[in-house]
Parts: sequence; C-alpha cells; structure tokens
Amino acid sequence: MNATNDTERTPVIQVRNLRNQFGSQVVHDQLDLDVWKGEVLGIVGGSGTGKSVLLRTIVGLNRPAAGSIHVLGADVLHGTRAERLETERRWGVAFQDGALFSSLTVLQNVMAPMREHLNLSHSLMKALGELKISLVGLPPFSCGKLPSELSGGMRKRAALARALALDPQIVFLDEPTAGLDPIGAAAYDDLIGELKRSLGLTVFMVTHDLDSLYAICDRIAVLAEKRVLVEGPIESMKDVDHPWVQEYFTGPRARAAQQSA
Amino acid sequence: MTEPSLHIEEEDGATTLRLFGRLVTDRLAEVESDFANAQTTSKTLRIDLSDIEALDTGGAWLVADLVARLEAKGVEVEYSKASAAHLQLIDVVAAARPTEKGIEDPARGLLPWLSRLGEKTAGVGASVLSLMSFMGETLTVLVRTAVRPARWRPAALVTQMEEVGFNGIPIVVLMSFLIGIVLAFQGASQLRQFGAEIFVVDLIAISILRELGILLTAIIVAGRSGSAFTASIGSMKVREELDAMRTLGLDPMEVLVVPRVTALVIMLPILGFIANIAGLFGGALMSWVELGVSPGQFITRLQENTDVWHLAIGMIKAPIFAAIIGTVACWQAMQVRSSADSVGRHTTTSVVQSIFLVIAVDALFSVFFAELGL
Repeated sequence: MNATNDTERTPVIQVRNLRNQFGSQVVHDQLDLDVWKGEVLGIVGGSGTGKSVLLRTIVGLNRPAAGSIHVLGADVLHGTRAERLETERRWGVAFQDGALFSSLTVLQNVMAPMREHLNLSHSLMKALGELKISLVGLPPFSCGKLPSELSGGMRKRAALARALALDPQIVFLDEPTAGLDPIGAAAYDDLIGELKRSLGLTVFMVTHDLDSLYAICDRIAVLAEKRVLVEGPIESMKDVDHPWVQEYFTGPRARAAQQSA
Repeated sequence: MTEPSLHIEEEDGATTLRLFGRLVTDRLAEVESDFANAQTTSKTLRIDLSDIEALDTGGAWLVADLVARLEAKGVEVEYSKASAAHLQLIDVVAAARPTEKGIEDPARGLLPWLSRLGEKTAGVGASVLSLMSFMGETLTVLVRTAVRPARWRPAALVTQMEEVGFNGIPIVVLMSFLIGIVLAFQGASQLRQFGAEIFVVDLIAISILRELGILLTAIIVAGRSGSAFTASIGSMKVREELDAMRTLGLDPMEVLVVPRVTALVIMLPILGFIANIAGLFGGALMSWVELGVSPGQFITRLQENTDVWHLAIGMIKAPIFAAIIGTVACWQAMQVRSSADSVGRHTTTSVVQSIFLVIAVDALFSVFFAELGL
C-alpha cells in the first residue's frame, strides 16, 4: 500500500504515447502516465491543458488518435466488448456536476449499476445502496430525493456513492471539490482519504484545489506542453524549474494551503 | 476464485462462525440467505475471518449486519484471526450502516392508486388555469412590446420565421401533395359508380381548402416547431439561463416567447396556403391520371364551383391554430423542472396538448361556420 516504495508498486493504469487531437488542435502528444495501486493521484494543469480529456480518454469516453491505455492489465482501446465491460465494472467515475440520472432518486441512482451488473435480491441491493449513501456522508433522508432537490455538494457526494456502487478498485473524480464551501471540501477530502485507506482504492483525481492536493494526494502529475510535464510528491513540485509549476506551487494560495495541511 | 461460504461450528459451548472464500459484492447472492438464516444459541460468537480471500464493502455489510442482529439479541461477538485491513473495513461499514430506515418503497394497492388519480384530476383544473394565465401574460407582453418599436427583436423574429416557416416548407408540401392524391384516388373510385367523376374537383377543393390543408399543416407544425420550442426553452430553464436573463433585466417572455409565437402566427397561414396549393396540385394530377379530368377542366371547375369562402375559412383558422401551438409549447417549457427527464416529458405533453387543442378548436369552428351558414 506504500505508494512511494518503488519495488512494490504495481501500475493499475498505464498510459503510453497518448495523442489526442480535435481537428487541428493537439491536446496531448506523447503523453505517458502511470497510476500505482492504492495511491491518490492528483492531476493539475492550466485551463485547456486537457485534464478532463485525459480522464475521459482513460475511461473510454474519448477515443485517442494514437497511443495505448491499459487499466488493471486490460487494454481499454482494443479489447473485446466483454473485456471492456469487465474492466468498466472495476472502476467508478464521478463527474464534475454529478451527472446523476435526473429521473431517478439518489438511492435508485446508486442501485442502477447494481441492477445492471449484479444478481442480488432487491432488499440486499437496497441495503447496499443505503450503505454507500451513508458511507459518503449523506443523511438517510436523501435516499428518496431527486438529484434536482439536492445541493451541489450533496450531488457530488451522491455521484461518489454511485461511483462506489460496484466496489470498484479505481475511482475517477473530476474536480470533486470545485464549488464546495471550504468545510464541505475538507470533509470531502477526509472522506476520500478514509475510503482510500479502508477500501484500498486507487483514486485518479482531476483537481484545482490546492488544499486537496496537500491533504490527500500521494502524488501529483502536472499536465503542460501536451504531456505530463512532471510527476511526484507535492513536496518535490517546488523544485521543478518550469514557470507555470513554480507559480502554481509557490504562489500565495499554495503557501496558505501548505501551512494548513 | 473460491466460492464464499460460511460454517457454524459448536464446540466446548463456544460457537465459531467461519467464513471462507471471496466475500465480495459480485458473489453475495450465493451467501445472502446463509447469512440471513445464521442463528446461534450460545451467548458468545467468535467470527473467524482467517480464510477470507477478499472482502469489500458488500461483504463487510453482510458481516456487520449479522453482527448487529445478533448483538441486538444479546449475543457477544468477537472477531478472531482477522487481518487489520478487513477489521478496519468492517468497522467503517458498521459505523456507516444506516440505523434508521431511509425510504419506504412506494405504496401499492387501491387506495394509493385512487389518491394518485385524485391528485391528477385536481391537477387538470390547475393546469387549465395556468395555461389561461400564460396566454394572458403572452398577450400582455405582446401588446406592450408592439407599441414600443424600440423593443422589437427583428433578428430573433426573422430567425424563428425561417426555422418554423421556410425550413418547414418541404415536409408540408410533400404531406399535402400526398393527401391531395389520396383524396382524388379514393373520391374517384366512389364517384365513378355514379358517373359523377367531375365532382371529384369539388371534393378535393372543399376538403383541402376548408379543413385538411390548414389542419394537417398545424399538426405538422405542432410536431416540428412546438416540440422544438418546448425542448429548447425547457433546456434553457434547466440550465438556469432564464434566471440569468432575468438578472440581466431581460424578460424571457419578451426575448423568447414573443418572437416564437409571433413567428408562428405569421408563418402558419403562409405554410397553410402553400399546403393548399400543393394539395390541389396533387389532387389535380391524380384526377388527370385516374379520371382523365384535364388540368384545364380542373381549373375551370375549381373557379366556377368552389366559393372563395372555403379558402377564407381555412385561412382564418391558421393564425388561431398558430397562437395555440406557440403558447402551449412555451407554457409547457415554463413548467419544466430542473431535470433532463422533465424536458422530455413536457415536450411530449406540449405536442399532444397542442394537437388536441387544435382539433378541438377546429371542431368548434366547424359548428360555428355551419351556424353562420357559410
């Protein structure tokens, strides 16, 4: 479980020579990235550097122009449909604004992947759904609410509950704390840390939240110049000789976040 | 990939529950009933987790649920030979286990069904009132805007006119042309029995000009443009764009509703007229092919025997149908609540209601003009 120990770590996500382009605009070129088992990896980068595109490409929502992607040992780009389904069951994705199914209640949202993939009794699925909702810190009464009746922060938690529905090994989070108040964001960070420790989750997190980066990320990968410019623990970021990285990690907000961490 | 299972062993007065295999969400179906039926008569239970190959929150929930049920009966439970990770997971899950019931499944049976029926019935009255008030509001805003040329939105109006009118011409022409052909063909086979083939001209002209041309155009427009109005304004409402407009001092009624309704009121009569021509053309073509009524005969007969009132009655109805379609569509858009699902539901309702209202009003017009003797 020690993410910084080189000899024992196994890659759960391996991205090699990835190239993404939309029309003539190249977003990624020759991008390599490894995510190790049991770590929380934070992806940072300026606007338009393709953080979300990278996430969407790894989970198969965006087909890259070139390159290879392996998740949990399976080739997500060239595998058969059955292999893809098998891999998809082992990851969970929480989108930025939740992307909950608006016609279903929170509980039904969490139960939706279970209904699709598991052969369990209704009462057990309901119990597991309620457990997941409680695990992410939502009160029991929110089970029967529609997504539109929840606040933004609650929607993000509900989305995480749905991402955890099948007990995945990897969780992808797109800006999980964006738009949350500082207390809510800190609670969300604690939650991710707690889940990572107790469930042994690997977390792939796109974030701008310096507090999150300091609080829970084991490693940071900086996207710039169409590739992963640097990666490593947050302490090492200040020594990187790149103007954007310097500004990001030594600016006033970074210093404040570091002090509070 | 060992199957999960559980065994209860009683020895020396102590009960041991031994768990085996992969106790993960995927495999829970195999052991669910075993856990539900697990009983013990002794006062203490030891749970042996040493043979567990994998445990996730689903499996941990089954264990925690069993422990909670037994503890409620006064049995003392202790874990033995469990790995630290498994124990921690069970602790986390046990702590998160919801104690109070979240929600009940929706009630079934006659009474809840009757109560939903009652609510729906009461809702019909409320929505009629709401539609009337929306029509009033649209009219007020329309008049208020009309008297102040500075607030007209010619660009939006022309765009909408192009969208609902010009772009709708091909489908309307094709539909009406085919209806003309069908009428001529069916009319011919009946009228031929009486040797009254020439009356097919009256049949086609009166039915198309007076009723079918406009009515079918209105139905096509309700399906084409009414649904588009509801879906686009409804989506804007979901994305809070309407609220954003209000904070910028823009009235959505003025910016979105008035140009759309006005465009429909202007364009539907024109579309209807084009449909009339296409219908007559189709009818004339079929009469020529099937009955040998030459185009010259057709036109002469049309001019001599078909009163211009038939055309006028059709055209009078067009702007009224347009106003119904436009206001119902925009009104339904305003009823959208913040979800994608609700956009779909209201779009369907918008089309169904506007077609229904158009046909109902058409029936009223029929009675009205018949009473007037036109």
